Amino acid sequence: MPVTDAAAPEGPRAELLRRGRRFGTRGGLAGYFFVAPSLIFLLIFVIVPIFAALYYSFTFYDLMKPPRFIGWDNYAKLFDDLRYPRAVTNTLYFAFGTVPTGVITSLGLAVLINRSIRGIYTFRAMFYMPVVSSFVSVSLIWLWLYEPQFGLFNEIFEGLGLPRLKWLRSADTAMFSLIVVSIWKNMGLNMVIYLAGLQGIPSHLYEAAEIDGASGWQRFLRVTAPLLAPTTFFVVIVYFIGALQMFVQVWIMTTQVGNNVLTGGPLDSTITVVVLLYSNAFEYLKMGYAAAMSFVLFIIIGLVTLINVKVLGYDSFS
Amino acid sequence: MAVARTEPVSTLRTESRTWPIMRRTILYLSMSIIGFIAVFPFVWSFLGSFKTSEDLFDFAINDPATYLPAVWKFDNYTTVWALNFGRFFFNSAFVSASITVAHLVLASTAGYAFARLEFRGRDMLFVAVIATLMVPFQVTMVPLFIMIKNFPFFGGNNWQGAGGFGMVNTYWGLIIPMFPTAYGTFLLRQFFQTLPKELEDAARIDGASEFRIYWNVMLPLSGAALAVLTVFSFQFIWNDFVWPFIITKSEELKTIQVGLANFRQEFTTDWGLLMSATMVATLPVLFLFLMTQRYFVQGIALSGIKG
Repeated sequence: MPVTDAAAPEGPRAELLRRGRRFGTRGGLAGYFFVAPSLIFLLIFVIVPIFAALYYSFTFYDLMKPPRFIGWDNYAKLFDDLRYPRAVTNTLYFAFGTVPTGVITSLGLAVLINRSIRGIYTFRAMFYMPVVSSFVSVSLIWLWLYEPQFGLFNEIFEGLGLPRLKWLRSADTAMFSLIVVSIWKNMGLNMVIYLAGLQGIPSHLYEAAEIDGASGWQRFLRVTAPLLAPTTFFVVIVYFIGALQMFVQVWIMTTQVGNNVLTGGPLDSTITVVVLLYSNAFEYLKMGYAAAMSFVLFIIIGLVTLINVKVLGYDSFS
Repeated sequence: MAVARTEPVSTLRTESRTWPIMRRTILYLSMSIIGFIAVFPFVWSFLGSFKTSEDLFDFAINDPATYLPAVWKFDNYTTVWALNFGRFFFNSAFVSASITVAHLVLASTAGYAFARLEFRGRDMLFVAVIATLMVPFQVTMVPLFIMIKNFPFFGGNNWQGAGGFGMVNTYWGLIIPMFPTAYGTFLLRQFFQTLPKELEDAARIDGASEFRIYWNVMLPLSGAALAVLTVFSFQFIWNDFVWPFIITKSEELKTIQVGLANFRQEFTTDWGLLMSATMVATLPVLFLFLMTQRYFVQGIALSGIKG
């Protein structure tokens, strides 16, 4: 590799470099060639579908006949659909059940393991194992743990003298059971993100706080928490958006198809927006209606992101 | 901490050395409990996968010896394998590997250009790429399915995309729509920005073309970042469920996650069989993770998610 000395900012070499930059030889057209393949795929498979979703949301389309324009009908139908408000409420219940608890758990874990002691890497790997396995496998494993008759949880409950629960089989506890799985699945991921955040905090700040006589808890409140705000911003947004898209757990653990109707758990207690969206699109082939649902979800997610920007004030940190 | 005021503690490392035994015990104890909670479901399902139907229910909670299979039986695994899991496994491996290679090529070229080349509109384009990270897949999945079904010249379609099934139920349909990788582009851009500029300047003065600089100078230095992306992409695609679920119809094309989900519908309460299928789908990624652990942590640190 021809590594020549180009550090000195003088002489003909520097002149050549400067000229090169002005006329764009540091890239120039090459830049476009480098980004083109990536951008073309992004355009075709992400950007175009967003606009297509908007278009289909104003049409009736069943994949057989060409789409027919029907104005706002699909959106109006959302208000008449008895299951849609249910799905929205369930999804929000799930999101607010997982995000705050999950974020606090992960932060606690990160603080716990942010030290170089013997065996720490083993513990980190253990906490991270649920993250790398798929939602399908995790759902199946927990489905068995939750099994009312022979499942491990009810055996433990009985052993402790507690009443057996119906877990996923009861409308009262089904969503709660899904929330627990979700927190368990994601705690390691957010933990690692927080860990990166914690390790980015300069140690002299802690030293200064210690010299001023701050206790461990005070140091956490006054140094750690404020400096982790951007990390929290990131974790909350990504987690919340992920929660709004919850699908696989419901699909594997609670949905049942009977009489051509897909129900999300006992009394529809775990049906989520995406499960409803999926069943409208791919079971009933109501593509336009499903597109309208997905667009409402998109707008909600956009709003959540904006609210987070406002509340956590990301600008002041970036 | 009382020690701190008399004897300033400079780093966490020294702090742990002077820690009282009591606090240490509590620390290890709590980490062990959480570690147990994180890992035990996998252990339980692993043990279950070797049990016969009777053996599964024959355990007493206060007698850990009964947690183990009475006899370690591989019957569940042979049944699972005979029920097309070999094919599902191959499909997942093939699809994940193909998409990972595409991610490496696309993300490294685009990431390099965004980090090191100058062209009009670069920053705006980069922001656009990052913005797509916020687009949930559920918004694009319906139009994406319609597009794949109407893809011209595929699966009996004419140039207008009518008449056939397009890329539905093909490897093309499984693989190509997963090519865009905003995350990978971002990750590699962050990495390329950390490399010294002098290297490429030197090569440029020596008259190397932009492609040669990318290929001969930058890529050989990017092993770690490419490894991070490889591990992330492979794991992500291997675990992906929704898209393969929508796009595959025949048994020959299903990926392992789709096969596993269908398995649940077929063998609702045959937990031994279900757990061995789960293990076949899960153990490869768990193994990959344990082998490449440091890349996972690096990947998250590299993304620049820092306080």
